[in-house]
Amino acid sequence: MKMITAIIQTHKLDDVRESLNEVGIMGMTVTEAKGFGRTKGHTEIYRGAEYQINYIPKFKIELVVEDSIEEKVIETISKTAKTGKIGDGKIFVWDIETAIRIRTGETDEQAL
Amino acid sequence: MINSGDTSWILTATALVLFMTMPGLALFYAGLVRSKNILSVLMHCAAICCLASVIWLAIGYSLAFSGDGAYIGDLSKVFLSDVTRDSVSGTIPESLFFSFQMTFAVITPALIVGAYVERIKFGAVLMITSLWLVLVYAPVCHWVWGGGWLSELGVYDFAGGIVVHVTAGVSALVIAKMLGNRSGYPDQIQPPHAPWMVMVGASMLWVGWFGFNAGSALTAGTDASMALLVTHISAATASLVWLIIEWLRFGKPSLVGLVTGTIAGLATVTPASGFIGPMGGFICGLAGGIVCYYCVDLVKVKFNLDDSLDVFAVHGVGGATGTLLVAILILPIFAGVGLGEGVSVFNQIVVQATGIISTVIWTVLATTAIVLITKKVTGLRVDDEDEIEGLDYKAHGETGYKL
Repeated sequence: MKMITAIIQTHKLDDVRESLNEVGIMGMTVTEAKGFGRTKGHTEIYRGAEYQINYIPKFKIELVVEDSIEEKVIETISKTAKTGKIGDGKIFVWDIETAIRIRTGETDEQAL
Repeated sequence: MINSGDTSWILTATALVLFMTMPGLALFYAGLVRSKNILSVLMHCAAICCLASVIWLAIGYSLAFSGDGAYIGDLSKVFLSDVTRDSVSGTIPESLFFSFQMTFAVITPALIVGAYVERIKFGAVLMITSLWLVLVYAPVCHWVWGGGWLSELGVYDFAGGIVVHVTAGVSALVIAKMLGNRSGYPDQIQPPHAPWMVMVGASMLWVGWFGFNAGSALTAGTDASMALLVTHISAATASLVWLIIEWLRFGKPSLVGLVTGTIAGLATVTPASGFIGPMGGFICGLAGGIVCYYCVDLVKVKFNLDDSLDVFAVHGVGGATGTLLVAILILPIFAGVGLGEGVSVFNQIVVQATGIISTVIWTVLATTAIVLITKKVTGLRVDDEDEIEGLDYKAHGETGYKL
């Protein structure tokens, strides 16, 4: 099993969810996140005064998938979340040791 | 003789002006601060509303509106002792005149909140407000509206350019200076946490201002109607001025900018509202928008003074600008009501300037004394740790937003 974490542009969330559904994922977790990468932040101006906003709003999506669809999921996110502009985000992948469904006690692939 | 039409309108206007503070001004200010201080600002406005009402009953009204002293009223109306159900003021019950004026005594110290947010002790807010109403608001109100020396001199201040906006604006500057800037000002201060709330509050202020200015006619006739019209035109014009300046300067017109322009236009037209015509309202809006915009910069950048929510630049400067403009816009060529017999524009400008300057001097002196007394009695600032944590939890034990 792999966990795939992707930081994406806020306006791409619905597109990503829809296209991942087509790939056959069983669920995912979404968090409103803030951060900076190459874009650093941006400035906002209120009553003539400039404020440096160091963290830009993003969505962080996390999903655990079977190894067999890992490549497909990564490809889907990469394709759907891409605008080609700076700030499109990143994808991280790592191994998952165990998964347990709390309700039934099922483990690993059965728990996804 | 009581006129039921006048009475109806002033009853309504009184409610409108109270609505300016609760919750208009409270929301306007609350949206401009950081999320950790939202409740403290709402609390300041609410507590000031209650405190000012009681002080107005106890002594404020009497000092402002009794006796024939040049500088201060007497104590004959303390706790409204000689006012009965049947007492009349002009064409309305005196109980209503008292209440209408009370809503002004409520909003004026509440305007000053914008100068000291995010760092002041709550006890200091109450102390400053109490002393300020007695030592600044009541005397100046008496000078201009209570038959005092400025009214004898012939100063024009229809709804409070001097009485409300110059006093509040100047005190804001003095308090901000004596209190000191917020820690991290200006580089590490976060922007307004809820611009939408600023817009909602400003909109309530705008509507309430119809009661403020048109109610100041104290009758329900032509003066009130024209005052309402010019108030709206000035607000709309100044909003557009602010929008255009920002659009040209930064490439984006902001919501907070537009509604700040609204308040600048409203403050500017206030002293003039009963004396001028529609073009006068338009000119007030143009002038107020431009002058206030550049004063915001002046105070923040040039003076490096943390009058946090720009009370001086928007209210003080707007009110003073309108007070001077009255002398010109009152002329019949601008569809104004005209100056008194034998009075020239120049003479009137001198009178208006005398009103502003004398009020500024008294306000600076009295506010300085008030802040010094408060510093001794309650202390002024919360400690650094409380300031960083936020006043909501540290001063009031509550949090505005829960995860």
